[in-house]
Amino acid sequence: MSYLNLFKLFALVLALMLMPFTAQASIDEAINNAVAPVANAVSSVIFFSVPVGEAQLPLIVLWLIIAATVFTLYFGFIQFRVVGQAIRLIRGVYDDPKHAGEVSHFQALATAVSGTVGLGNIAGVAVAVAIGGPGATFWMILAGLLGMASKFTECTLGVKYRNEYPDGSVSGGPMYYLSKGLALQNKAALGKFLAVFFAIACIFGSFGGGNMFQANQAFQQVVIVTGGASSFMADKGWLFGLILAVLTGAVIVGGIKSIARVTEKLVPFMAIWYLVACLIIILMNFDKIGWAFSQIFEGAFTGAGATGGVIGALIQGFKRAAFSNEAGVGSASIAHSAVRTTEPATEGIVSTLEPFIDTVVICTMTALVIVITGSLTSGAGLTGVELTSHAFGSAFSWFPYLLSVAVLLFAFSTMISWSYYGLKAWTYLVGEGKTQELIFKFVFLVFIVIGSSMSLGPVIDFSDAMIFAMSIANIIGLYMLMPVVKREVNQYLAKIKSGEIKRVR
Amino acid sequence: MSDIYILAYDGSPAARRTAEFAAGRAKLAQAQLHIVHVLEWSPYSFLTQEELAERHQRRTQELERATQSILEPLVSELTAAGQTVTSEVRYGNVAKTINEIATEKAAKVIYVAKSNETGLASRLLGNVPSALIQIAAVPVVVVP
Repeated sequence: MSYLNLFKLFALVLALMLMPFTAQASIDEAINNAVAPVANAVSSVIFFSVPVGEAQLPLIVLWLIIAATVFTLYFGFIQFRVVGQAIRLIRGVYDDPKHAGEVSHFQALATAVSGTVGLGNIAGVAVAVAIGGPGATFWMILAGLLGMASKFTECTLGVKYRNEYPDGSVSGGPMYYLSKGLALQNKAALGKFLAVFFAIACIFGSFGGGNMFQANQAFQQVVIVTGGASSFMADKGWLFGLILAVLTGAVIVGGIKSIARVTEKLVPFMAIWYLVACLIIILMNFDKIGWAFSQIFEGAFTGAGATGGVIGALIQGFKRAAFSNEAGVGSASIAHSAVRTTEPATEGIVSTLEPFIDTVVICTMTALVIVITGSLTSGAGLTGVELTSHAFGSAFSWFPYLLSVAVLLFAFSTMISWSYYGLKAWTYLVGEGKTQELIFKFVFLVFIVIGSSMSLGPVIDFSDAMIFAMSIANIIGLYMLMPVVKREVNQYLAKIKSGEIKRVR
Repeated sequence: MSDIYILAYDGSPAARRTAEFAAGRAKLAQAQLHIVHVLEWSPYSFLTQEELAERHQRRTQELERATQSILEPLVSELTAAGQTVTSEVRYGNVAKTINEIATEKAAKVIYVAKSNETGLASRLLGNVPSALIQIAAVPVVVVP
């Protein structure tokens, strides 16, 4: 039986399962009621919080901030020292023309970025400013800048300890550097444990932030532009999920690469379009730019407009930045490790641009648009993509439609990327093989339907919880392996300085 | 040392005619014929996750296929006819790469088949021979 037939069968089974529900609204409700308690239980464990003043500080957020700060200091503010080098590497000035046809630095970065630029940038940021006030933006930018060092560390390691198979294909990522890197330090058992822990968290992360959150917010946006509560789609999240599952299935199960390729190619243009649209809105409110920035700085240090004061703003900013750029989470290192290079440090250097593009540029734009249009007051009560859409709508009534296109494409490309990350983690655990892959892919598709049927709260908590779980194993490994990264980058930068590695153009 | 002539070859009937013409000229001048095949490639194109992971493997296969099914038959045929022939496959922008090879080898001339495209796409995007004529550092012979 071909995969496509198997896939049709799956869609049919799913449809039959949903048949007994008489009223359509109850399908969404039933799914929500069944999954929400599990999601809530999982997230309450991961998000063990300690009270700080009035706010609850989840330890995991502290974990990510500390890691990013440690890497920033340990590598001597590497993210600011190598900006020029990163751009030269992307332009290919060190690439031997004999190696043309291999994965370039630009391609590895572009693919990794299209995996991270998702609804975290549009909807996640809106959640941050809705709860954390305008000040959350400041902390988000700071987290993005610090996160560049975390990304640098994990992507250097991803390339250094990747597996290259005899057939020429490569597998890299935290699973491999945790197990191989720590084995070299005579901590093979710990390395293996962390690698397995990471892989399990990564599988669920791919169901959560890489899937349910994307599907959920894409559905919300479709409902908003088709007429809100009175929309035909309003209580048919399962139907939207089913359509999205069929499309995703066509790519990941049916192997219809053209869809994936079209999406990959459209995403960069959508990202540019999104930035241009944001700039237009910001320029339309030209007179309020100063005010918006003062709101952001004031909020950052006084906690104005934030639930839980300064700490509340800080937590939201850091949480959403980490969720969006995934620095310290380890996922992007899977994509980055495919690059063709003999110097692992080069990809680490290039990867520092990823949190910069994702968080410092795109997320900040979203936040600015929401703040500058006054949507925090006029759209009080709104959160997630609804808030962003409201802000876009306040400039031109038709902007939310364009936003929907961007949202759908971002969601789709992020889902395809994450299905790949999850699959890599899954095959790391159960071994390579067509059957094993199919099992994972079908479960992934089921979660699309679940994600679009549920309400935002439990979805976002579950997504965050899983993504942060990945960071627990990953960052322990990064701490232990950071001397390796330091050696790699220092010898590389020395070679550049001495002229041993020459520019070819 | 004999002169080097570059032949751009993609295995098409037009390229075949060009090859015969170039081989004749090279024979007369006792020049060495360097046959090149360029696989269109941009380091700035966008790839999916899976394409990234499989790229090195694909590249190896593509190079092998180009060498075996496109270049090898012509090379052995011309060698059998007593001509000095070398060949190579490269990735890159076709016209630019052919010109690069010509410059590297200090070639005297480039032979290329006339483009068969006459449609709108060719008008807007250009084609290999016309691009080559504009950028080439050595004389270009376009064979109809």
